[in-house]
Amino acid sequence: MSSFVSQFKTLAGEKTRDLRHRQVIRTALRSYEVVRDKRKAAFQSWEFARQAAAETKWEAVNHLDTHLEALVAKLEARGTKVHWASTGAQACAIIAQILRDQKAHSIIKSKAMTSEEIHLNHALEQEGFTVVESDLGEFIVQLRHEPPYHIVFPSMHLTRGEIQDLFQKELGDAPSDSPEELTMVARRVMRQKYLTADVGFTGANFAIAETGMISITENEGNARLTAALPKTMITLLGIEKILPRFADLALFLPMLATAGAGQPMTCYNTMYSGPRQPGECDGPEAWHVVLLDNRRTELLADAEQRDALHCIRCGACLNVCPIFRNVGGHTYGTTYSGPVGSVITPHLRGLQDWKHLSNASSLCGACTEACPVKIDLHHHLLQNRRNASVSEPAFFERLAYKLFSIVANEPKFWSLAKKLGWLTQPLQKAVKGSALDPAKAWTKTRDLPPMPKESFKDWWRNRK
Amino acid sequence: MSEREKILGRIREALKVKAPRPGSHGDPLVQAAAEPPVSHARDWLPSVGASVEEQFAMFARNAADLKAEFQLFAGRDELRAALVSLCAAEKWRRIASHGGELTDFACQAIGLPVTLTDRGYDVQAMEKCDAGITECDALIAQTGGVVVNSRGAGGRALSVLPPHHVVIARREQLVADLPAAFARLQSKYAPDFPSMISFITGPSRTGDIERILVLGAHGPKKLTILCL
Amino acid sequence: MFRRNRMTITLFIPCFIDALFPRAGISMVEILERLGHSVVCPEAIACCGQPPFNSGYWEEARTIAGPVLEKLADAEAVVIGSGSCGAMLKNFYPELFANTPQAELAKKVSARTWEFSDFLVSKLGVTDLGAKFPHKVTFHDGCHGLRELGIKAAPRALLGKVRGLEFVELMEESCCGFGGTFSAKFPMISTAMGEVKCAAAAETGADYIISNDSSCLMHIQGLLSRQGSPIKTIHLAEVLNQQ
Repeated sequence: MSSFVSQFKTLAGEKTRDLRHRQVIRTALRSYEVVRDKRKAAFQSWEFARQAAAETKWEAVNHLDTHLEALVAKLEARGTKVHWASTGAQACAIIAQILRDQKAHSIIKSKAMTSEEIHLNHALEQEGFTVVESDLGEFIVQLRHEPPYHIVFPSMHLTRGEIQDLFQKELGDAPSDSPEELTMVARRVMRQKYLTADVGFTGANFAIAETGMISITENEGNARLTAALPKTMITLLGIEKILPRFADLALFLPMLATAGAGQPMTCYNTMYSGPRQPGECDGPEAWHVVLLDNRRTELLADAEQRDALHCIRCGACLNVCPIFRNVGGHTYGTTYSGPVGSVITPHLRGLQDWKHLSNASSLCGACTEACPVKIDLHHHLLQNRRNASVSEPAFFERLAYKLFSIVANEPKFWSLAKKLGWLTQPLQKAVKGSALDPAKAWTKTRDLPPMPKESFKDWWRNRK
Repeated sequence: MSEREKILGRIREALKVKAPRPGSHGDPLVQAAAEPPVSHARDWLPSVGASVEEQFAMFARNAADLKAEFQLFAGRDELRAALVSLCAAEKWRRIASHGGELTDFACQAIGLPVTLTDRGYDVQAMEKCDAGITECDALIAQTGGVVVNSRGAGGRALSVLPPHHVVIARREQLVADLPAAFARLQSKYAPDFPSMISFITGPSRTGDIERILVLGAHGPKKLTILCL
Repeated sequence: MFRRNRMTITLFIPCFIDALFPRAGISMVEILERLGHSVVCPEAIACCGQPPFNSGYWEEARTIAGPVLEKLADAEAVVIGSGSCGAMLKNFYPELFANTPQAELAKKVSARTWEFSDFLVSKLGVTDLGAKFPHKVTFHDGCHGLRELGIKAAPRALLGKVRGLEFVELMEESCCGFGGTFSAKFPMISTAMGEVKCAAAAETGADYIISNDSSCLMHIQGLLSRQGSPIKTIHLAEVLNQQ
């Protein structure tokens, strides 16, 4: 068993027993579900909108080369410096070099899962730079030295009391546990950091090929400030974030807001097409856009699962996933958790190490139903299972299925198996749930149904 | 070979195998429609009334849901009076703004010292202002939000740094829905877009602590939209 | 009753209904016969092949599913009292057998396969079976039936006509946590999901949890029994067969 799967099982065991965790997540998502349903209902047709969004992303991803070239040409024409990074390490090195060239010390950062993916903060801190996360949730988890719990709601696992204690300990300022007052503490701390930071760092939600723009979606205004005040701006962009046309945003922005947070629109949706232009009074003098592959092209090469690159990181699949809700975001041990994380992580980090995430699913399909761009998520989990067993079959599991297929194909064996099951029932009861019980994975927490003496097939034969 | 060529090369190699279109149930022969998929977005997004009155009513409703203030005025005298009383109620002492027909009128009406952004400004001074007053590109009935840009609304910071953002707009800036807003921006600016275009839908907010709504996370705690 | 359009219905009995919940299968036979149809049940079919399929062992799944297809080749209608096995035949057989000699047969069988409640309502046009079940009940939608097959209205339409039955919806539409081998590979997650489901059922105050999938009910009942809960589980067909 790989260390990743044993760690997953250990953490899953702890979290699923933690009833307080279950309650915190359930309460947090309950309010989300109510507003999401209300906003979806306001659409004249959410289903047609999903189909159009899926087709638009299909068009973007399946012509990725031409769209990327168009995007880059437009960006460069207005003075933006574009960098290409095949790996996370390359992207970190490019960004560190920009910081050194600028003689920068402090970096203010708005939320970017792509930067979590390449462990950018760690890389920059190793080089002596100070990085401050400005999104409130990210700021909170940064103070706790832990990764975001959820791709959209980074600190949803924490209660106000825990955040008060954290602020008291780390900032020496936590007047009460009211979310309002705690938010204002973060606001005060962050204000001066914006005014003095040398470099502003952002992620991106969409990149528009037609007009050469990066679109950033946020509620707090921290990305707006990050892109306004520091002299240098750096944006890290996964190559799959492309949309073909400016007008596509008219559909994607409200869909992202609705699926992700149950909002009609996120508070700030901002399109950047260059650094400060002639005649403009502020904005960065230089803007660097770093395009990141980091094995996205491997996922692209899998035509069956290519639609996983349609993902707009709204988090809707996490929110509805009964696995995510019970094991929590940190248990996955991945940057992208929940169903989409289970689908793409094997492509980004290796199938054999991460196939357990595809097995840790009841294939209920709630994710696929929730996805605003119609990624066939739960079927991709099934395909990952198939690919894993083809490339490296588990000896005993395959043997068990071979035996099972012999029994299933021969009515005499199947009858015998039922008879044996019925006969050994009292024995099984005697050892129920103990180490001797062959069904203990089940019987530790659940009773087995009593096996009737007469099976359906017996009844059928007798009545004829 | 540069990283650019390597990445583009991997993409082209990968795309040699066609992926099934969404909803084609795996049949690679299903063709795309001739027009862009989002061409009919208007038919699927939340519906908007046809008349200007309905659209203003919808804008007002949506703005109220977002906890933004919205007022519609019959004339400049009303607007002036509203600005004066807003300034008094909020106890402003200093404001920031930019040159513009509507903003000039607003600043004059308020009569306080103004930090103007047009020819560059001191960020610390703007941070101490009680309100940022800007014009806008559009009001969107469908969302209750406004659109500002770095060229016509005093730069990138003015609409987010001060704790209160006041937008002065004209009636004819109202558009019905998001597709109309994007079409208007495209026809007005393409290909020479301002370096920043921002759709602002309500005052700054966060739900990062127990998913409870708090206004003014980093940007303005208050958003007031005054329309002539 | 409905002697016109008399059909010969091939009943597919999933392995767990055969071995553990024969009452569900018997009820389906009795209901379909009362409606005037004749029922056949291929005795040599034990399983649809879903366990190896869901675990990624598609070759082993084909060694089970291949003979199943041959045995169903001439069926007029295949009816299954489980959304899960129904989805296997209807949605996954065509995928499993794509680019094999049995591809066309898989599509043909898929087109003739019905989940039991959907068959009654959509194919036979029947909702009132004259059943009586004087209890407060709630309904669990098995995920495969709900999302793979899109069946939600049919069981509710059928239950709506049962005399004396008081119906309460569950607050949360979520998976019971069974998921086949998932329940044994990740028992802690599976159990937690089931606990959420049982708690939601308890909130309704129902005496019975009904479902069109016995495999989900096996999981839910397993937890309820262990918890000592008085709530009972029962297959939809058994409820509809109570006269």
